[in-house]
Amino acid sequence: MYRYDEFDHTFVRERVAQFRDQTLRRISGELTEDEFRPLRLMNGLYLQLHAYMLRIAIPYGTLSSKQMRQLAFIGDKWDKNYGHFTTRQNLQFNWPKLEDTADILQALADVEMHAIQTSGNCIRNVTADHWAGVAADEIEDPRPWAELLRQWSSLHPEFCFLPRKFKIAVTGAEADRAAVAFHDIGLKIVRNADGEAGFQVLVGGGMGRTPMIAKVCRAWLPKGELLSYIEAVMRVYNLYGRRDNKYKARIKILLHEEGDDVFRKMVDEEYEKVKAAGGVSHLVPEKEIARIETYFAPPIYDALPDEDAQLTQHLRANSKMARWYEVNCAKHKQRGYTIVNISLKPEGGIPGDATSDQMRAVAGIADKFSLSEIRVSHAQNLVLPYVRKKDVVAVYHALEKYGMASANLGLVTDIIACPGLDYCALATARSIPIAQAISKRFEAPERQKQIGDLAIKISGCINACGHHHAGHIGILGLDKAGKEFYQITLGGSADEHASIGTIMGPGFSDAEVPTAIEKIVDTYIGLRQPGETFLGAYRRLGAAPFKEAIYAQAAE
Amino acid sequence: MAVKKDVRQVLTANLLKDGLVVFMTDGAAWSPWIEDAAIATSKESALELEGRGNIAAKANVVVGPYLIDVIEENGRPRANLIREHLRTLGPTVRTDLGKQAERAAGGSGQGGAFI
Ligand code: SF4
Repeated sequence: MYRYDEFDHTFVRERVAQFRDQTLRRISGELTEDEFRPLRLMNGLYLQLHAYMLRIAIPYGTLSSKQMRQLAFIGDKWDKNYGHFTTRQNLQFNWPKLEDTADILQALADVEMHAIQTSGNCIRNVTADHWAGVAADEIEDPRPWAELLRQWSSLHPEFCFLPRKFKIAVTGAEADRAAVAFHDIGLKIVRNADGEAGFQVLVGGGMGRTPMIAKVCRAWLPKGELLSYIEAVMRVYNLYGRRDNKYKARIKILLHEEGDDVFRKMVDEEYEKVKAAGGVSHLVPEKEIARIETYFAPPIYDALPDEDAQLTQHLRANSKMARWYEVNCAKHKQRGYTIVNISLKPEGGIPGDATSDQMRAVAGIADKFSLSEIRVSHAQNLVLPYVRKKDVVAVYHALEKYGMASANLGLVTDIIACPGLDYCALATARSIPIAQAISKRFEAPERQKQIGDLAIKISGCINACGHHHAGHIGILGLDKAGKEFYQITLGGSADEHASIGTIMGPGFSDAEVPTAIEKIVDTYIGLRQPGETFLGAYRRLGAAPFKEAIYAQAAE
Repeated sequence: MAVKKDVRQVLTANLLKDGLVVFMTDGAAWSPWIEDAAIATSKESALELEGRGNIAAKANVVVGPYLIDVIEENGRPRANLIREHLRTLGPTVRTDLGKQAERAAGGSGQGGAFI
């Protein structure tokens, strides 16, 4: 894992001291709320429905056990013993006091964490494939580049006041688990015809009120040119992105309005200027990237057979564990190891919430069985990236003890849901209770297995933090004359074949949603071909049979 | 012709120091309970409440005061919009937290004005 150098330490410590002073000045009245608001937001502190909320960055979703323990400690000491993992690989505390925030930030700084750039019109926390470095289908570990981007974008003087927020995601694998096509910039490590690894640069994706899938801006970019090229993209955006209308200010609108070819040309011209700028090479210094890469070097793995005989025996004897292993554990690039995915979606639970006790338990399990490393996924789950197959049984039992052994990764109850109107000041409707009701409706393991891969994603307003546009089934909570109602979309996908869901028609009340979802699922099961996933069936069949099912039901 | 409803509004805000939701009382104090809130029944009294709220905001007691519509139930105000109603409760998915939990523990109706 990356470790802060002296520069990082100093910068974060100074920031805490500055914020402590700013907070004191706010409380004493020296700063007005208008003056203070941008300062607190720059440090991740929002004012939500019931209290302040602190959003903490987890760079590219990688956490050490020490950091996880510190988050648990913060939850206990200054919050209400739990935190919420978000779709941006951040952690949110829902109840911090303003007067405690500087202490919390200090506690974060002690473990090389902060909340800087988790808000505002800047480059936000860089997200990555949560299986980076261990996935069997990976070309290269993208995290050294994500770390480089983190360093480069932190307080970048030129990009601190962009037209709007800016999100970058990185993956090094064939399968897209980082939703790169839904980011302002999505980076994918690919090989060119000569077999050399470089970046495919996607630009202009996003969710929100105008969902768009990113366009390929550069099919293959030498890795060393990454920062200069992105700088060119950012400069074009900074210069031409609309500042007159908040809803049209994201780079996706600029790209859309200019057209792909014109936009690409603008970037290329800017890139030539960047390269021509005197004195400094446009390439990332090899020494620097080599230095960062050492922090992400693969661990020294044990030489193990790929199958563990004892594990096989245990799985035969315990069908519940066998099911969990089949659903939640993924193929590792190293023989004898597996990637353990910890579902934070217990049936009927709150997606993404973890208690301090659970965080501590995960930290302990990681120390014992996963080289003290944990990942956070954009699907609001956790990952133990380095588990030996021979330790799987112990890991399972330890997770089970803390209510974290739900066998539902990628299934109908593995629902993404934003905080919605239960917490969020911008929400138009609640999203968590909808997730809970659907999860309860489909809780039977046989039913989940029968349905197979199905991504339900729920947002509490048009801002789409719950990624509903990219849900195989998307649910958007809205307000109609003071009442919550829910619009359903089908056919969205955040993977390497990204698509935006199609709105089915009029919305449903909260009570009607689970039944509507059940109708959709039953329609799929009735019409699917052997081995066909929900998404596959929807793409083959189109919306008609699903619409018919849900609106016939609504009319009954 | 529909009769226009009477104005029924209370003033709410968040406390500066901890962000918790509060309501302005008749005595121009802030209470965590909407039941304690002063109800404005005319445009003039609503404006007066707003003015008092702005003074409290300037004095750095609260942040962002604003008026909300209420209905009266047994002579007590209840927020009209779901968003505001939830602010008087806490997260509906964690009834062990927020005002609803304190209320369940007997926190409300005990002269809760604290500022
Ligand atoms: S989608 Fe809307 S309701 Fe949900 S967290 Fe984002 S801003 Fe809040």
